[in-house]
Amino acid sequence: MTAVITKAGGSRITPSGPRPGTQFAGRRRPGEALIRLVLRLAAVLTIVTTVGILIALLIPSLSFFAEVPVLDFLFGTRWAPRFADASFGVIPLVSATLWTTVIALLVAVPFGLGAAIMLAEYAKPRTRKILKPMLEILAGVPTVVYGFFALQFVQGTVLREWLQLPTGAFSVLAAGLVMGVMIIPTIASISEDAMSAVPGALRQGSAALGANRMQTTLRVVFPAALSGIVAAVVLGVSRAVGETMIVAIAAGSQARIVTNPLEQGQTMTGFIANAALGDSRVGSLEYNTLFAVGLLLFLITLLMNFISIRFVRRFREAY
Amino acid sequence: MIFLILLWLSLLVAFGVLATLLVTILMDGWGKLSLQLFTNYPSATPETAGARPAILGSAWVIATTAVLTLPLGIAAAIHLEEFADKKRWFNRLIELNVQNLAAVPAIIYGLLALGFLSLLQVQNKNIVIGGALALSLLILPVIIISTREGLRSVPNEIRDGSLALGATKWQTVWRQVLPASVPSIATGSILALSRALGEAAPLLVLGALVYITFDPNGLMSGYTTLPIQIFNWTGRPQEGFHELAAATSVLLLGVLLLMNALAIFIRNKYQKRW
Repeated sequence: MTAVITKAGGSRITPSGPRPGTQFAGRRRPGEALIRLVLRLAAVLTIVTTVGILIALLIPSLSFFAEVPVLDFLFGTRWAPRFADASFGVIPLVSATLWTTVIALLVAVPFGLGAAIMLAEYAKPRTRKILKPMLEILAGVPTVVYGFFALQFVQGTVLREWLQLPTGAFSVLAAGLVMGVMIIPTIASISEDAMSAVPGALRQGSAALGANRMQTTLRVVFPAALSGIVAAVVLGVSRAVGETMIVAIAAGSQARIVTNPLEQGQTMTGFIANAALGDSRVGSLEYNTLFAVGLLLFLITLLMNFISIRFVRRFREAY
Repeated sequence: MIFLILLWLSLLVAFGVLATLLVTILMDGWGKLSLQLFTNYPSATPETAGARPAILGSAWVIATTAVLTLPLGIAAAIHLEEFADKKRWFNRLIELNVQNLAAVPAIIYGLLALGFLSLLQVQNKNIVIGGALALSLLILPVIIISTREGLRSVPNEIRDGSLALGATKWQTVWRQVLPASVPSIATGSILALSRALGEAAPLLVLGALVYITFDPNGLMSGYTTLPIQIFNWTGRPQEGFHELAAATSVLLLGVLLLMNALAIFIRNKYQKRW
């Protein structure tokens, strides 16, 4: 023991306390410093990824916009990148994306919130323990399988055979409906977290004033968890805008402005998936078009994510 | 009362669709769910076609993805959770960034990998390492987030106790905190890899939709994966190929359910409540 003290202090320690200037940090450990550096590098890599995404999208996009004016791209109403008289108006792609997103949200928001309320406010812990993993399975189904289901069953059997709707082989309706089911777990799980985070005291207070469970849920818990719920919905929008395989399979590949959900239409992601199939030469206008649409998609989802993170933060700080 | 019925209904819709999906796909694919699916190569006629290269390709890509992304994701999570000073703007930027990356559409990661490979002058972009790269970046944020949650659930008393005995910060993390959070890290990693296994969009951009009639055999080998094979067969007009797509979907869903079940099993069996 004495040996250690002598070594650490350099001389014997007097009872009155350590000498001024004694090092307490311990000896230097180059191995640990190296490990910390490696760990930090791994974290920094996430930033590198983001910068990489931006650069990877920006460089081809810039050469795209050197040939096609930005305004023509954003507000043009004809999308025909492969025709002889090529036209790069992105509005048709945006219209199909908008349709599938809106339809998906019409499914996912009410049912997702219903499931969240059920799990957070009504289900017994035991029921919840069974139901939640089952909901997670819904989130684990590969989107290509959802796409197959949308095309074969929802579009082919339900819409055409059972409901006799005047629709072709593809429709944005079928894609949107199935996409909505896919997003239910996302919305349910985040809003459930937000509702569970509302303190029990608020519920007891409401019950003490004579409110029943539904009144408590709708007028106390729901408003208190609203920012979390908004965050869930915004994240749902971002998922719907970025989803690829369902729309690539079931929504069709004709890029026209969609005015009716029974029509087919090509979304932004659908275009990227389809165009990537035709092997386009690196640096060609066709190749650059992919990245221009990708950049637009990335910016839209980035905006949505920031809004969603903002709202999540607000509901966490509320109590 | 009506409210309660509505709530049950919303759960019922979710589970009803799930059940319908499983039943219709099982019914469609039952006839083709045979050994041939595992042993045969794709072919122009549905009678003789199988998914052997896709199965092997999926295995190659997911294994490579795991090797690339697990050490990296866990290391980044340890840095953020145990070492980083959370008040510094740079670390907060990293955290915000990870949250953001988790919600970037999968297809964008495909474009990133495509741009990266083009930059390296790689001619044939449909190689195992390229697909694994895209999928690694896709699931990296998922692994970081779940690992951090695992680390966070280890109580501070463990760290304080270890430090009080004279262990260094890294010794504490390596010998106490990490072993204690292995179950939740494993759970998160399995779920992340199962997501990568089902993902098709980024690989589609990298040109994985090809006619492969050989076994993929290395990092530079061409490949196709199960989701891509399903996509391919879905797009054919003949009914037989749709049955094959359904049978392959059953296979893929089976593997994913097994992985999910394993994750839930690990979570319930080994996770400590402190």
